[in-house]
Amino acid sequence: MSTHEDVLSSENLPHEPERATLEGKNKFMGFWFFLGGETVLFASLFGTYLALKNSFGDAEGTPSQELFGLPLVFIMTVILLTSSLTSVYGIYHMKNQAFKKMMVWFTITVLLGASFLGLEVYEFNHYVHEFHHTFTAHAFGSAFYALVGFHGAHVAFGLLWFLTLMFRNAKRGLNLYNAPKFYLVSLYWHFIDVVWVFIFTVVYLMGKVG
Amino acid sequence: MSTATVEKPGFGATLWEYLTTVDHKKIAILYLLGGGFFFLLGGLEAMLIRLQLMLPDNNLIGAQFYNEIMTMHGTTMIFLAAMPLIFAFMNAVVPLQIGARDVAFPFLNSLGFWLFLFGGILLNLSWFLGGAPDGGWTAYAPFSIWSSTHGFDFYAIGLQISGFGTLMGGINFIVTIVNMRAPGMTYMRMPLFTWTALIASVLILFAFPALTVGLFFMTFDRLFGANFFVPEMGGNEIIWEHIFWIFGHPEVYILVLPAFGVFSEVISTFSKKRLFGYSAMVFATVLIAFFGFMVWAHHMFTVGMGPIANSIFAIATMAIAVPTGIKIFNWLFTMWGGSIRFSTPMLWAAGFIPTFTIGGMTGVMVAVAAADLQYHDTYFVVAHFHYVIVGGVVFGLIAGTHYWWPLIFGKVLNEKLGKWTFWFFFIGFHLTFFIQHFLGLMGMPRRYWKFLPGQDLEVGNFISTVGALLMAVGTIILLYNIIKTSVNGERSSQDPWDGRTLEWSLPNPTPHYNFKQLPLVRGLDPLWIEKTQGNGKLIPAEPLNDIHMPNNSFLPFMISLGLFITGIGVIFRPDSNVAYIAIIAGLVIAFGSMFIRSVKDDLGYHIHKEDLEEEGAGVE
Repeated sequence: MSTHEDVLSSENLPHEPERATLEGKNKFMGFWFFLGGETVLFASLFGTYLALKNSFGDAEGTPSQELFGLPLVFIMTVILLTSSLTSVYGIYHMKNQAFKKMMVWFTITVLLGASFLGLEVYEFNHYVHEFHHTFTAHAFGSAFYALVGFHGAHVAFGLLWFLTLMFRNAKRGLNLYNAPKFYLVSLYWHFIDVVWVFIFTVVYLMGKVG
Repeated sequence: MSTATVEKPGFGATLWEYLTTVDHKKIAILYLLGGGFFFLLGGLEAMLIRLQLMLPDNNLIGAQFYNEIMTMHGTTMIFLAAMPLIFAFMNAVVPLQIGARDVAFPFLNSLGFWLFLFGGILLNLSWFLGGAPDGGWTAYAPFSIWSSTHGFDFYAIGLQISGFGTLMGGINFIVTIVNMRAPGMTYMRMPLFTWTALIASVLILFAFPALTVGLFFMTFDRLFGANFFVPEMGGNEIIWEHIFWIFGHPEVYILVLPAFGVFSEVISTFSKKRLFGYSAMVFATVLIAFFGFMVWAHHMFTVGMGPIANSIFAIATMAIAVPTGIKIFNWLFTMWGGSIRFSTPMLWAAGFIPTFTIGGMTGVMVAVAAADLQYHDTYFVVAHFHYVIVGGVVFGLIAGTHYWWPLIFGKVLNEKLGKWTFWFFFIGFHLTFFIQHFLGLMGMPRRYWKFLPGQDLEVGNFISTVGALLMAVGTIILLYNIIKTSVNGERSSQDPWDGRTLEWSLPNPTPHYNFKQLPLVRGLDPLWIEKTQGNGKLIPAEPLNDIHMPNNSFLPFMISLGLFITGIGVIFRPDSNVAYIAIIAGLVIAFGSMFIRSVKDDLGYHIHKEDLEEEGAGVE
């Protein structure tokens, strides 16, 4: 039976430290279910967006074909997809108990995520000032910022989560207590990435041609 | 086990224990108290509705107040009474039924309760801060968007906060049931209450996020100038209806499936028979849940979705009658040839079957899309959903209260008073709602503040109000019973009903670690198997060892309090800049507490083997 010292020890970790304890197993499964719920959340946002896309009522607005510029969004997409890959490297090193390498890859992940978020802020700012495409201007604006903004808020939360875990555990290394936490944040990060793939397709690509 | 030497803790210590507890058995009591309070509040609101409608052209309460009462009755009963009471029994019973020492996420479990409570308090503060929501519990746009008071702001934020709690509770129970069953407790040996708790939790997981999004839209529209439901700005009011019912219809099954679970336990126990068609029951539960997600638009037949959409949703809705019918017959066949004892829980179960069958039958009637154009928004619909929600859920909750009271509080509720409760409530219920079918067919619309004389609606409404008064008497008897039993009742044996499932194998009171040694489960109704084929005691599946337990925590309370303060701030932000202080302070408290939770190690503690040995070895 494991005692406290065992859980916080960095020695002799099993190959899958994130699922070696009952707590870890529970977290692993619970988080997958949580992501299932998040899927419904984003599905509702997507459905609403599709219903209200280019819907201006009596208000004036810029249709999606003129509004969106693909080059910037394409760069954002590449950055976010790459950050998902780097977080995979982080987990790969976690499973090999190479804590420092894991931290390096997670740092790169955070930097990529932050640059994605920065570009998104720039993008929103651009829409607001160049096209008066605001949250309150018309239903299209409300639906657009709700969907993409919810995703952006998830990215921001993910970054804070990554940073909190990395600073908290920087000195003590990997153990059975924090391994599930690192694993979950990377899982969360992949989910954010998957949602973005759909946003890129449904909002931007279909917005350009649809 | 010696209880005589245990010193009784003081009030402060008890209060602190409950504010910080992560023990599922204590959280169950908190849910029972919280849900019970809101049940009485919602009942009071119902009484006011019925008193206003007792006589034609009555002026007992004003129109605006009536709208608020009517809205809050529905909202309170669904979100703040039925949901938490179901969580109360899930907490009290599920870990014990599967032979677990705890739930998967004790901290989240506590957080779920406090979020529910603070959300419920926030919603009800609207009574004192400018008026409650007044557009019906379904909060359809444009009522909800253009309602001039802060009522729907309280609705959106209050339900948002308590909804987060429900979602966490749902995930917690899924993982608990999937991951933490005792050795031998395979899926097809799980008691039916555990099965229904699992399926209801899955429904919560996939239904509540839709409500989250809908409530966000409402908040954005009302408080932040968004235009989701504003047609002149390109918005669409029907989106709310879809999102609300994508959540709202599964919600009906979230409520009623655990009630089915309660009845399955009760009927089997009090008939002294294995549940008839156990695997069919499990299958029917899963099937109902599956269909439950595909029928939401039957609430919207009159919206104008067109004949094809209406037909598909009508047929899917009628299909649900099949698995439900399977369940009804299985309950009947369980009783058939059984050695039936009509103790109070069994009385409720027996009353439930015909009542719910009527509700299911009118359900098929309103599912006929063409006919529904006549039933829609009349008292026929009111009668229908009270037959399923009261006849199913409330009957189930009261049956569960009587059945599991000895497990939770160690005392059996008074049987005589229990029977009085049943007869008053049961007769009162049918008096109240059966006549409403006919009021509806005669054209009385739902949600109206008053009806006029000379339209043949007087007698029906008067009878309905008399019935409601009888239900109130029944509830008061139940309350009196609870108080009387708590004060005078004697501690019961550990197994007062001659139970069949694991929760009745534990000593009374249940030790805080539940099982000293995890039991070995040898089949369905494991305790009954040991009673009939063994020596009546469960076989331990492991040697006596240290038990790992979670630490208590005050953080769930603080996180919920923080969100509560932020919620108040968000609601009053358009009125005053002072609100920003509340928003920021609340966020600091909530996220600060989450941050502490994240960075501070919480490893729990161990109960040592030696201490357990002192109390005597064995599964018990």
